[in-house]
Amino acid sequence: MPLIENGRIGEDAWSFIPDGEPVPNDRPVIISFERWQAERASFDGRNAKLGVRLKGGTLAGAIAPDLDRFALVAVEFPKFRDGRGFSTARELRERYGYAGEIRAVGHVIPDQYQFLVRTGFTSVEAPEGTNPESWANALTEITIAFQPSIDDTQPLSLLRRKLGVAG
Amino acid sequence: MNHIAPGARAGIYHYDEIDRRFVGERVEQFRRQVERRLSGELTEEEFKPIRLMNGLYLQLHAYMLRIAVPYGVMSAVQLRKLAEIGRTYDKGYGHFTTRQNLQYNWIKLEDTPAILNALADVDMHALQTSGNCVRNVTTDQFVGAAKDEVVDGRVYAEILRQWTSLHPEFTYLPRKFKIAISGAASDRAAVRVHDVGLLARRNEAGEAGFTFYVGGGLGRSPFIGKLVREWVAEEDFVAYLEAILRVYNQYGRRDNIYKARIKILVHELGLEKFKAEVEEEFARLRGPKYRLDPAIVAEIRTHFAPPPFEDLPETSSALERAKAENPAFANWVAVNVAEHKAPGYAIATISLKPPGGIPGDASCDQMDVIADLAEQYSFGELRVSHVQNIVLAHVKQDELYALWQKLDAVNLGTANAGLIGDIIACPGLDYCALANARAIPLAQAISARFADPLRQRTIGELGIKISGCINACGHHHVAAIGILGVDKKGTEFYQITVGGDPTLTTAIGDILGPAVTEHEAVDAIEAIVEVYLANRTGESERFLDTLARVGHGPFKERIYAAD
Repeated sequence: MPLIENGRIGEDAWSFIPDGEPVPNDRPVIISFERWQAERASFDGRNAKLGVRLKGGTLAGAIAPDLDRFALVAVEFPKFRDGRGFSTARELRERYGYAGEIRAVGHVIPDQYQFLVRTGFTSVEAPEGTNPESWANALTEITIAFQPSIDDTQPLSLLRRKLGVAG
Repeated sequence: MNHIAPGARAGIYHYDEIDRRFVGERVEQFRRQVERRLSGELTEEEFKPIRLMNGLYLQLHAYMLRIAVPYGVMSAVQLRKLAEIGRTYDKGYGHFTTRQNLQYNWIKLEDTPAILNALADVDMHALQTSGNCVRNVTTDQFVGAAKDEVVDGRVYAEILRQWTSLHPEFTYLPRKFKIAISGAASDRAAVRVHDVGLLARRNEAGEAGFTFYVGGGLGRSPFIGKLVREWVAEEDFVAYLEAILRVYNQYGRRDNIYKARIKILVHELGLEKFKAEVEEEFARLRGPKYRLDPAIVAEIRTHFAPPPFEDLPETSSALERAKAENPAFANWVAVNVAEHKAPGYAIATISLKPPGGIPGDASCDQMDVIADLAEQYSFGELRVSHVQNIVLAHVKQDELYALWQKLDAVNLGTANAGLIGDIIACPGLDYCALANARAIPLAQAISARFADPLRQRTIGELGIKISGCINACGHHHVAAIGILGVDKKGTEFYQITVGGDPTLTTAIGDILGPAVTEHEAVDAIEAIVEVYLANRTGESERFLDTLARVGHGPFKERIYAAD
């Protein structure tokens, strides 16, 4: 599936390994949070990068104690209308200080891309056949924001501000 | 853009280049989204919340477009534009809502981009008037004018308007989210039946702060908002709200839309657990990033500076003379005029509830007249109240008579604010796809039955609110007399509740007995009124007080005696 990064389609170095299939040791893989819970000891001593995929109902706190083991957290949107993932990403960044990649997976639409970026996501797994132009536009069509973004340090005294391109 | 200069006006947040650019970009964004829907790139399911967040509903017969009137305040210039749009794209009228907005009920989808452009010309839009986001923040319709005001709620409502606009984290909430602010001793904003209800107050040092109620709401499971924090300092205002919304966004139910409002979360989690979750987030969020800088509050406050009031005596002899000469005018003053904080001024409520009329409807010609009168008598500013009336907040007492004569000439001089004819009704089955029964015809029949202004005055403070279905858009739960439309095997019936109260002594009404037919409903209401009048100890005992004293018994006996 196409990976969207910085408003463009990018190369995906990661692959998701479904539960029950063997986990390769020589390349970056994403496993489910459930598998991590069941088989965590089997990943001790692993050298290649590991990512974890959280289902929609799994909130940031569940993975917080183990965040240092993961170079990527994939947050699933079961439906694009289900906005829990925005808070999950923000909690990962703000509350638990996570600095790795946060990827949106599942059902998201380009119209949410700017919100994803502003709450701390770094990449999006888009559906096959998605229109790349819509993702690119989504970062530039609104140039004003009224709230601080995840990477803003300025206080609310700048309630309204003009955004940089990547917001 | 051929932007219309706002001109001299009081109490209106003046858009600058940034606000205007934002609205312009949103209009353009929506135009592209419509194109992507038409090309099939967006599915209908994906387009629906986008359409809703731009104010566009699909109703029973046509599209409805709901225009945002932030905290119910607008300028005469803006109202004139709304009249022009109603004339051009609707059927010559508009409908003022319980959310202090305006909606057009007969809109064509293909006209919406042109309408949004016309609105943008006067710094208006339809953003976030629907959808599972934070909706238009409402406040006291007497804000900035009421004699009992402690804190000007407009300042904080405007801060929230900004902070909630396309909030990246809170635009796909479990369900809609409504915030109301009251900054006066009397609550005219029904704060405890909102998702978040705020009482703005001052501490001993004179600093502004807020009491937070969370989890109020009507609908099929009515709840009264619970106190979650007695005092939140002004600088923590946004941080605390951010904490509440983050808890809600994460834990609110998404498996059942009827259980998705924050009231259900607070109920299921329990107040103490909910408070603990919010406090934990708040403790972390509290800090420089989310601190509401006093400088920005001060800047926004400058938009709401008092208009240039003249130095006038406390009372007006011209007013007293006019009242003595014209009893109908005197009655209107007694019922529809409230005390103003500035000497010699008054607050006038324009009732949109003429006997037999549709509550909240105004013709475009009436809107033009109101716009003219707002310019002539109230610094070019007006408000929409949550009970679906219009308020001119700053009228010289000397000029009330002239104002009333002009209102009366266009059927806007009805003296029934807060009385039995001042009915709230949802659009009901005449418009709404969710409704089980019609609400408007019943409102018309009741207001016609009680048309006599003196009879209304004798009855005194008594609110009737009608909802056409259990979603309770007509607020029937908190009415002194509430009416709920139900469907029984294809026939419309009406269930009557009594004892509801939307003010700070909030109460949900109780069902009086079996539902009645539309024809019986008007007689039943009249019977309730007669029982009240026969039982009250005197004119100062309100309907709610009598009901509390005598209970349901005498009312039930009278209505259901024949059964």
